[in-house]
Amino acid sequence: MSEVKLKLGIPGKYEERVVTLPEGEPKPYDADSKLSVVGSRHPRLDGFAKVTGQAKYAHDIRLPDMLYAALLSCPHPHARVKSLDTSAAENMPGVKAVVAAADQHVRFAGQYVAAVAAETLEQAERACRAIKVDYEPLPFVVDLEEARQPGAPKVFDNRDSNVRAADPTERGNLAEGFAAADAVVEATYKTQVQTHACMETHGLVAHWEAPDKLKVWSSTQGTFAARDNLARRFELGAENVEVITEYMGGGFGSKLGLRDFESAAVELARKAGRPVHLMVDRKFEHLSTGNRPNSVQVMKAGCTKDGKVTAWQVDSYGTSGIGGGAGVANPSVYDFPAVRKTSADVYTNAGPGCPMRAPGHPQGIFAVESMMDELAYKIGMDPVEFRRKNNSHPIRDAEFELGMKAIGWERRNQTPGAGPGPLHRGIGVASGRWSNVGERRNSRIQVRVAIHPDGGVEVENGAQDLGTGTRTIVGLLAAEELGLPVEALTVKIGHTSYPYGPASGGSSTAPGLAPTVRKAALLARRRLFEVVAPALQAQPEQLECRDGKITVVSDPGKTMDWKRACGLLGTTPINELATRSDNFDGWQAEAAGVQFAEVEVDVETGRVRVLKVVVVQDCGTVLDRLTAESQVIGAVIQGISYALLEDRILDRTTGVMVNPNLEQYKIAGSWDMPEIEAIMYDAAIGYNNAGVNGLGEPPVTPTAAAIANAVYNAAGLRMRELPITPWRVLAADAARRGGRS
Amino acid sequence: MGDPEERERKEEGLRLSRRGFLGVSGAAVGVLALPTAAQEKALAESGIKAKVIGPAAVPISLKVNGKSYNIKVDTDTTLLSALRDHLQLTGTKPACGRGACGACTVHVSGKPMCSCMMLAVDAADQDILTIEGLAKGQVLHPIQAAFVEFDALQCGFCTPGMIMAVKALLDANPEPSDEEIREAVAGNVCRCGTYPRVFQAARAAARRMKSARVLPEGGRL
Repeated sequence: MSEVKLKLGIPGKYEERVVTLPEGEPKPYDADSKLSVVGSRHPRLDGFAKVTGQAKYAHDIRLPDMLYAALLSCPHPHARVKSLDTSAAENMPGVKAVVAAADQHVRFAGQYVAAVAAETLEQAERACRAIKVDYEPLPFVVDLEEARQPGAPKVFDNRDSNVRAADPTERGNLAEGFAAADAVVEATYKTQVQTHACMETHGLVAHWEAPDKLKVWSSTQGTFAARDNLARRFELGAENVEVITEYMGGGFGSKLGLRDFESAAVELARKAGRPVHLMVDRKFEHLSTGNRPNSVQVMKAGCTKDGKVTAWQVDSYGTSGIGGGAGVANPSVYDFPAVRKTSADVYTNAGPGCPMRAPGHPQGIFAVESMMDELAYKIGMDPVEFRRKNNSHPIRDAEFELGMKAIGWERRNQTPGAGPGPLHRGIGVASGRWSNVGERRNSRIQVRVAIHPDGGVEVENGAQDLGTGTRTIVGLLAAEELGLPVEALTVKIGHTSYPYGPASGGSSTAPGLAPTVRKAALLARRRLFEVVAPALQAQPEQLECRDGKITVVSDPGKTMDWKRACGLLGTTPINELATRSDNFDGWQAEAAGVQFAEVEVDVETGRVRVLKVVVVQDCGTVLDRLTAESQVIGAVIQGISYALLEDRILDRTTGVMVNPNLEQYKIAGSWDMPEIEAIMYDAAIGYNNAGVNGLGEPPVTPTAAAIANAVYNAAGLRMRELPITPWRVLAADAARRGGRS
Repeated sequence: MGDPEERERKEEGLRLSRRGFLGVSGAAVGVLALPTAAQEKALAESGIKAKVIGPAAVPISLKVNGKSYNIKVDTDTTLLSALRDHLQLTGTKPACGRGACGACTVHVSGKPMCSCMMLAVDAADQDILTIEGLAKGQVLHPIQAAFVEFDALQCGFCTPGMIMAVKALLDANPEPSDEEIREAVAGNVCRCGTYPRVFQAARAAARRMKSARVLPEGGRL
């Protein structure tokens, strides 16, 4: 144990903190750290593999004798399988194995009921069509409001109703809060169901190397979670299951668990005695692999005329289909003295929701920040000033300042909707929250750094890279610690034969891995210095390594290049395994981000065009400025897509999804792109030795609200329901004019 | 062209149930898969020159990235499947299966095509360029290099299609406007949200490719 003094905070607000570190821990990054590689704009290490087509995703795995699997889905939103006859399918050309789902009670249209493995995908698909299923259709409900009504068809027979309410939460005195308010706004905000729509669909390639030995290439966000799930499901020791995810084509929260249809592919491989490739098709991906639940948030909030929120009340519900945890967060981004929240899940006959990039938050913050805006306009206060009056987060406050300048906040409409039209421009603001400095499930995370006598360096951790740049930051952190160019290292990730790595959920990958990479690299460097010191007639602690040269700090003439130094290892490589240490004290554990959106609203066509978004986001230490910005820009684009376009539409009368594709399920494309200015806000936060906070999720949370607030500032139309489609804009405009839409 | 009604009747006999890939126009030579007896008869009577193939797998030659491959494919095998499953060229990605996302974009005789929407038999003997054919060993094509440099990729699954779309643009139009770049990748869906970086990379690649053309041999930027 040792004590270290750290300078934490942001410019103008630095604080000294003395923290106690465990033995072997590198000195944590703080405001005075001089970093050369970490924080630079470094292109991702797997760029070459990805732009040449050499990167092998699960979808790309081709093994000798490999079979292709296809799934048969139930067309009915609710049915009982009375009989399922696979005999004809089994005799079709090329078919090698057929399995049926264990669950004979189907609760949504698209649910998997059987799977076929054949020599070609086309043969497997044809065989699926030859499976005879006798369904007993049952009453169903897919609409959120209908499902809440008494007497609605029940999704689960054993429940009294489709509504499952959570315990209300309350803090502060709500009645006093409303009594103290000069202005009160009551409004209901609604958000839609969004699907993850990963470009690489869900699936895996399963290969039984022996009756008790399974190897799987999986498009997963958690190699080790997949391994453990497979081991449990197929009653194997975890050591006999190998999971490989060298590359994967997007997850956004939907690829965290082992799905029943994925198990089916593994079962098919066992039955056929051959490797099986299953990657689901686009329709199945939309219907069955998860989604962001919708929400209705009935709200009432009050504030004083000088801009302090006094009371905050929300009753929310939403549907996660047959899944639970619709989980509308409606988070208190700001300081609300009195809050009361109720929430309820409503079951419907639709595919199960699952975590999606900041679960609960984009929908919650759409309502929170819309309400903040309504309150600000009601008391006639600058919306940014109003927010700052209710904010105690120092990073957020500084970000507002930067963002206002970057967008030109003074250019906003002083009177929303002013001007002759039909084109109206305006600016809106919103702030998000989400944080993960890596408190949970850390102690299993390990990183191995090996230094070989030929000078080669390997950095290993089995976690996967979702496209966030995990591989790259692992390399940069190790390179920084070792004093080598990152190109000199070999980074090995995405394989359960490497040391344990975290699943990528909750923006936990970087805060889990980064400190462990530093620690392992430091241990390896110390070992090398011990070997090299005598040759340089110095003590190990007098040495440093920079740009591939090991030098005595006090006597720079004494130096040795990296390769020669490693040669002193003889035949024994250095091999250091480090385990993630517990977190220590820090300055700000909650990441903050603000976004400003400028839009143009055409009140004749109803079209909303986003012209510019300024995003200011903190994540503690920025590990790679280039890929961090990319991730933030990508989050904003997903937010724009959520705000204006995406909507999983289920037909109430048939219970099926009417847009299960990529042309009618609209995802923001090249013509929808505004100018996006991403500003990474550097903060020294402590908590872990890399001072790093999660980044994947926070920047997706405020975008929709910023756009909705911009639409109000532009056209004077308060859009309380997502997506903000032309139809909704025209309806709002008609309602304002007292006419009909 | 004779009696229009009679012609219509003959063509009716030729119409296919699947993917309508019969090119019946003027003197063009069509390719007819899985013909029924009636279709064969109609074909014989029509005077239209058409080659009948299938229903069994047919041998074809695919010219991919300058190399010829002789393979046997089913008549309903897509070019995408032929590339990925027969030739193991998995750089071209499948993502929607219906021409809606552009992930499977390749060049066929110089034109960008969704390879999931084209049958392998229709691509036979044409010059096909895939993502694997762009780099020369370890030397990236300027578009690929710009994608890496500007970080115009995240998960990377849409990237091969995106690069092939940009290449088709720059081949035809070496100095595209920003609007033309947007239009060129309008059919490419990226879920991670890389478009602004893709625009940057495309602009930079265009600049560099132009400079490379005007500079003398061995010239540097």
